[in-house]
Amino acid sequence: MNPALLHTPLIFEKSRPGRRGASLPVSDVPPSPAADRIPGNLRRETPAELPEVSELDLVRHFVRLSQKNFSIDTTFYPLGSCTMKLNPKVHEKVAAMPGFARVHPYQPEETVQGMLEVLWRLERALAEIGGMDEVTLQPAAGAHGELTGLFLIRSHFAATGETGRTKVLIPDSAHGTNPASCTLGGLKAVKIASGKDGLVDLDALKAALKPDVAAIMITNPNTLGLFEERIAEIADLLHRNGSLVYMDGANLNAILGRARPGDFGVDVFHFNLHKTFTTPHGGGGPGAGPVGVKKILAPYLPVPSVLKDGDRYRLDFDRPQTIGRMRAFFGNVGILVRAYTYILSLGPVGLRRVSENAVLNANYLRSRLRDAFPIPHDRLCMHEFVLSGLKAKGKDGHRPHTIDLAKRLLDYGFHSPTIYFPLIVHEAIMIEPTETESRETLDAFADAMLAIAREAVETPEKLLEAPHTLPIRRPDEVRAARQPVLRWVPAGRNVGASESRSV
Amino acid sequence: MDYIPHTTDDTAGMLGRIGVRGIDDLFRCIPAPLRFDRPLDVPGPRSEPETVGEMGALARRNRTLDDLVSFLGGGAYNHFIPSAVEQLASRSEFYTAYTPYQAEASQGSLQAFFEYQTMIAEICGMDVANASHYEGATAAAEGIAMALDYTGRGRVLVSSAVHPDYRAVLRTFFAHLDVRIEEVPHEAGATPPGAVEARIGDDVAAVVFQSPNVFGIVEDGPALVRAAKARGAMSVAVVDPVSLGLLKPPGHYGADIAVGEGQGLGAEPAWGGPWLGFMATRQEHLRKIPGRIVGQTVDSEGKRAFVLTLQAREQHIRREKASSNICTNQALLALRATIHLAYLGKQGFRDVADLCLRKAGYLADEIRKIPGFSLPFPGPFFKEFVVRTPKPPAALNAALLAKGFLGGLDLAGWYPDLGNAWLLCATERTSRGDIDQFIAALREAAR
Repeated sequence: MNPALLHTPLIFEKSRPGRRGASLPVSDVPPSPAADRIPGNLRRETPAELPEVSELDLVRHFVRLSQKNFSIDTTFYPLGSCTMKLNPKVHEKVAAMPGFARVHPYQPEETVQGMLEVLWRLERALAEIGGMDEVTLQPAAGAHGELTGLFLIRSHFAATGETGRTKVLIPDSAHGTNPASCTLGGLKAVKIASGKDGLVDLDALKAALKPDVAAIMITNPNTLGLFEERIAEIADLLHRNGSLVYMDGANLNAILGRARPGDFGVDVFHFNLHKTFTTPHGGGGPGAGPVGVKKILAPYLPVPSVLKDGDRYRLDFDRPQTIGRMRAFFGNVGILVRAYTYILSLGPVGLRRVSENAVLNANYLRSRLRDAFPIPHDRLCMHEFVLSGLKAKGKDGHRPHTIDLAKRLLDYGFHSPTIYFPLIVHEAIMIEPTETESRETLDAFADAMLAIAREAVETPEKLLEAPHTLPIRRPDEVRAARQPVLRWVPAGRNVGASESRSV
Repeated sequence: MDYIPHTTDDTAGMLGRIGVRGIDDLFRCIPAPLRFDRPLDVPGPRSEPETVGEMGALARRNRTLDDLVSFLGGGAYNHFIPSAVEQLASRSEFYTAYTPYQAEASQGSLQAFFEYQTMIAEICGMDVANASHYEGATAAAEGIAMALDYTGRGRVLVSSAVHPDYRAVLRTFFAHLDVRIEEVPHEAGATPPGAVEARIGDDVAAVVFQSPNVFGIVEDGPALVRAAKARGAMSVAVVDPVSLGLLKPPGHYGADIAVGEGQGLGAEPAWGGPWLGFMATRQEHLRKIPGRIVGQTVDSEGKRAFVLTLQAREQHIRREKASSNICTNQALLALRATIHLAYLGKQGFRDVADLCLRKAGYLADEIRKIPGFSLPFPGPFFKEFVVRTPKPPAALNAALLAKGFLGGLDLAGWYPDLGNAWLLCATERTSRGDIDQFIAALREAAR
């Protein structure tokens, strides 16, 4: 029996009236007049239809669900720009220590000196790694960091009286969060073409450099896995235009310890701790997106940061021009603790070995795949590279698409790479192995890719109908969007029933 | 300590296959002036036992909710987290999985998030919920963004009884946009519907209130929603999900959008995060809701399947036209909340709320008996309440800490005009013994 293939009903479908999992204490306090003072019209009348299951039902349900997932711990996951490296188990042990997990954010500062010290050290370590002057640990994700950076930039230009700077230049290879963050920041994204070499086209950039440009948002290495070799010149052009340089740090794994954004002329950038610093992806989060800045933007950083005062640590709110807060409370602290633990265990040598081996692994995979797959920019890459679909047509004259290759890889026991991104490559397949994978794993993946390339010619239906061996076949995504069913509804209740409740 | 598996043979073989002589050749693309060739000035390395030793020493310098008896609330709570939540969410197939873009490889996460959406919508009395936001304040900001977009209006009324840091986040988020955030002052700890009516107009996109509010007072949600609706504004209710076991949920009194902080549903306090922003709304708004959403469909063999859906709202499809820029969310915390709510179940969810109400009620009754202590706000409260103290709360807290108690939150920083104001909290974890001992210590401290 393969547990992953068993049908798993919804937890609500396993519910039986009167069953319970929870054991709660009985009330040990006398009845209270205060407790009875909630008026009837503010009390809940109909209980929430939460499931009624025993602990065993609950455990089997979630264990069975977990068995249906691919994960780093079961599978090679070469998703480009996601940096799916091993999540070290010692991080989980540290994050679970009561001194980190069981502390209330409003405890007096003298009771959390250890926590403050970790965060102070992390601020400094990230500043050093990024070549920046100050760091905020507040943002909860990369996109949140992007928005923070854009707010910093806006505050800067508001202070200099240059409120006409409303445009942000964004290469066409950029991640979707970049332009989306611009919109949320009240700025306009202007697309800059990439040249034939896959890098930002300097002529296109120069043509777009006008007095209304606030900044460029650039990823380096870019999403093709190529280092923007002219980054210093790009930064200089922006600065001469009176504009600032934002760098998306998603691909920092390629240059850890080898190059620092602050040394490229970058004024502000975000780290993705859930990528480079291997905090677990969690099925989509939580992450953290700390932002590093040069002095020019430091006055506007969110508050608080951590200050060291002699041998005491405290929170510092004294930043008169701060943009304020990007969230309540300090940040995704449990994630920050994990990231600091990683930096501490690796140290300077270990951090540098990360980028060396990430780039080694990517180039090795590229060398194994370059004959069977088209590579638009077939030269030494950094930590990732992009293929452009399948080369050959099948016997039936049709060429299976990247999506079919991706689904067939699942049957071979590999998670697919990132597909159809970056947008500038047709039928894109973005592969990032990371440094924690062995040569054997890389070879097995390459072998599978080559086998699938052969299947694409000889037996294309194996790709077109893939996956064959997983808990489900291909889902009908059109139906999911056209007839949205976004929750289970109890029997007897209509969808949209909440609309009928009037005040 | 590092996690690189390569032996020297591996490395040599791979370099040979690539066709370069050494690792440095792979980095020639970085122009020489930009290369960083000194060691990073960061601590480490440490072996695993040394790492645990050093981090453990730092952790032990913190006092915790396990060695102090806590009466602290204010947006972060010491609620019971069942062991099952810890164990199940720690399965590495859940926590080392990626965002479920490849549905066939992610049915575990996708079904769990579908169940999460159901439970959040259900407790909020709404039709639909998304798969999470970063935390409560950013969820509130996104809820307001929805209302601004939907109504096309530019003013937002926010009660001053909404948590001050939430209001700070709103000011930051909307500072550079054409949006006016105006505060509606509280009176005696509650938001008077009349104060909303006095300020509302046809240019108001949303009325935003929190219930229970920062003072623990249960707001008159139905009346506030009526005041909003009267002029075509949307209502955004910021709610404590734990309270919804007992309090009428926003969907049941006509609110448009419910948001809040889900920390109380299975997330450790962890000094502020990672926690869980949630959002739920009505069926009519489902195409406007930001963030990831999981939908139910069938596969090519007719089997039930779950997928990320309505992705055309999101940044990876719509880019600059997306309704939000959110990509990474708080998925693992949403999973924890799902396990937590399933474990408490229909009855347990009500029991926890009931216990919180009773414990806080008893605490309030006992405090009132101490000379010089009173409750200044007359409204009904849930889980926490404000106390007027004869001595500054800071002084009380210092004395109490020496006796092993974390006293309440000193409100002087947030609401200086309240005088000596102290926010005390009791949850289902607070025993009668805790309360009685606290009261005894407080009598001492107040002398």
